[in-house]
Amino acid sequence: MAGFANNEFVKLLGKQGILIAFVLFMVVFTIADTKFISVDNVLSVVRSSAILGVMAIGVTFVVISGNLDLSVGSMMSFSTIVVLDLHDKLGPLMAIPLMFLMTLALGAFIGFLVGYLKLNSLIVTLGMLSAIHGLTLTYSGGKNMDIADKSGTWFSVFGQGDVIGIPVPIILFGLLAALFGILLSKTPFGRKVYAVGGNPTAATFSGVPRARTVFLCYLISAFCVATAGLIQASRSLGSQNTVGQGLELEVLAAVILGGASLLGGSGTVFKTLIGVLMLGFIQNGLLLMGLPFYVQFVITWGIIILAVWLDIAIKRGRFFVSA
Amino acid sequence: MKSEQSKKLLKSGAIWLFILVELVFFSVAGEYFALSDKAFMDVDNMLLLLKQSAPIGIIAVGMTLIMVNGNIDLSVGAIFAIAGIVLLDSMSWPIFAGMGDGVIPFAWGLALLTGATLGAINGLIVWKTGVDAFIVTLGSMLGYRGLVFMFNGENPTSNLNWTLVDFAEAQFLGLHTATWFFLAVVAVVWWLTRYTIHGRNAYAIGDNRDAAVNAGIRVGPHMLINFVLIGVLAALSAVVFYSESGSVNPNDGQLYELWVITAVVLGGTKLTGGAGSIIGTLGGVLAIQLLRKGLGYIGADTSTVNLVIGLILIVVLFIDRQLNTKGKEALNV
Repeated sequence: MAGFANNEFVKLLGKQGILIAFVLFMVVFTIADTKFISVDNVLSVVRSSAILGVMAIGVTFVVISGNLDLSVGSMMSFSTIVVLDLHDKLGPLMAIPLMFLMTLALGAFIGFLVGYLKLNSLIVTLGMLSAIHGLTLTYSGGKNMDIADKSGTWFSVFGQGDVIGIPVPIILFGLLAALFGILLSKTPFGRKVYAVGGNPTAATFSGVPRARTVFLCYLISAFCVATAGLIQASRSLGSQNTVGQGLELEVLAAVILGGASLLGGSGTVFKTLIGVLMLGFIQNGLLLMGLPFYVQFVITWGIIILAVWLDIAIKRGRFFVSA
Repeated sequence: MKSEQSKKLLKSGAIWLFILVELVFFSVAGEYFALSDKAFMDVDNMLLLLKQSAPIGIIAVGMTLIMVNGNIDLSVGAIFAIAGIVLLDSMSWPIFAGMGDGVIPFAWGLALLTGATLGAINGLIVWKTGVDAFIVTLGSMLGYRGLVFMFNGENPTSNLNWTLVDFAEAQFLGLHTATWFFLAVVAVVWWLTRYTIHGRNAYAIGDNRDAAVNAGIRVGPHMLINFVLIGVLAALSAVVFYSESGSVNPNDGQLYELWVITAVVLGGTKLTGGAGSIIGTLGGVLAIQLLRKGLGYIGADTSTVNLVIGLILIVVLFIDRQLNTKGKEALNV
């Protein structure tokens, strides 16, 4: 067992494991089905991953800061419903900023509870999952929201439009990923996020404002959720109250698959992107192979646990826990 | 010392106080807003409330032990659905053909066995790989749900057996069958936590894992036992529930984990492990069910129920923290 941790190959695997797995995975699927890697297919996979991906970028910040956000799913339903409702009442130009404001207010509330009041993030966001779902239902009266004039609005551009052949959701996804990727890896704020998640006590003694940093992470998460809601609303131009239900766990799965530790302090936006794309391509690949849709859940389960296990095993130097 | 004790009493009694407040509030408010002319504290209404608490309550008892142990299980809703499918589907399997109602104990046994197996898979992975229970059960929540859908697609699995329905709807000494199961589970697991080595060790592991290891407690097997237990209880909950309804939707049990965790946390169990009681959980389950039923009674719709329960959870967390950190101020930056 002694050689296990010193092996150069194993070290590389530990550091870039997710990337290597992704490449291997793509190669296997490409060999199995030539349609898999075609431009059309890749674009459609990335486009359908965009909503999940945008949300995962925000959750990456929250997870790195050592917290969880289980409320993003119901928050996304909220933004979708709100923007669709306001679209017909005030017009899209007013509806979009208002929806962003309302979603950010929810994010600020959670950030206040977790950051400044230091309440447990799992329970707070669990409570908010239920509360925001209730809020959405109260707002809509339980009815589906639809835009009255579906063909006559430019609002559909965010979900259905494209610029020089690239769908707008992908552009938004890419822009946000670049923006927040730089924010996380190249700015003092980003380093504070890692510090707070890695060792809160040390961060506090080094003068890093823990509360404010956590608060801002939840604001970023809410901003991403609002963007996801915008894409969703614009793509379907009508929605149920439960459109985002269950997404919080898929988002978390993507972030974890990307190698962020739930204990905080590690993870990057780029790795989260890989996690998101991997989930998207798994789903797509299995469908192309003719397997039923639901098999992807079972495969995802296996992949998540394998990914985290390998990561831990390499750090530990052994595959199994002794006690 | 005295104030320590009274504080402890206040904390363990808080949930019952809350239940009392709910009862008074809904009785009084019901006078003005209620849609029915029956009193809120009507005996039949209360008996029905107990029966309706059973499915969540049985799982919550198991979750208490899991959380005391310092773990969490997000896959209970999916286990609930799989066990329900096994229960209903196995009754029409060819090997049991011609047995009549004699098939029922086999179907029950198979359902419970399924729950135990799925719980054991979770437990073994948590034990052997050392991956956090949150991640393991998050994964298996997806995976088990996938199995549910693979069985019958989006279609419900139905098998109405009238003997079972009669059994489930029976009342003994006034209480429904489901209530009896719930109370029995509470009693057995309470005994398990109070009077067995396993129970004591579970608390020790949750309180301070390193200390427990140093004291010679084998952490893994205890975690495995708890995961098997919650699997069995999730299956038992399904047995109780589907014996009566006779039809499983593939989406059934979704969000159960959230309701269960809410009940357990309301009942005073710590997420960090090491503290919590079965009786407290019983209180938490009843409090939530009272709230759902009471709000419905005074004419509020489900959206308000979701909103209120979410906010109450946060308020409870806040109060709990105020009670716990008074005196030993944490770093507040």
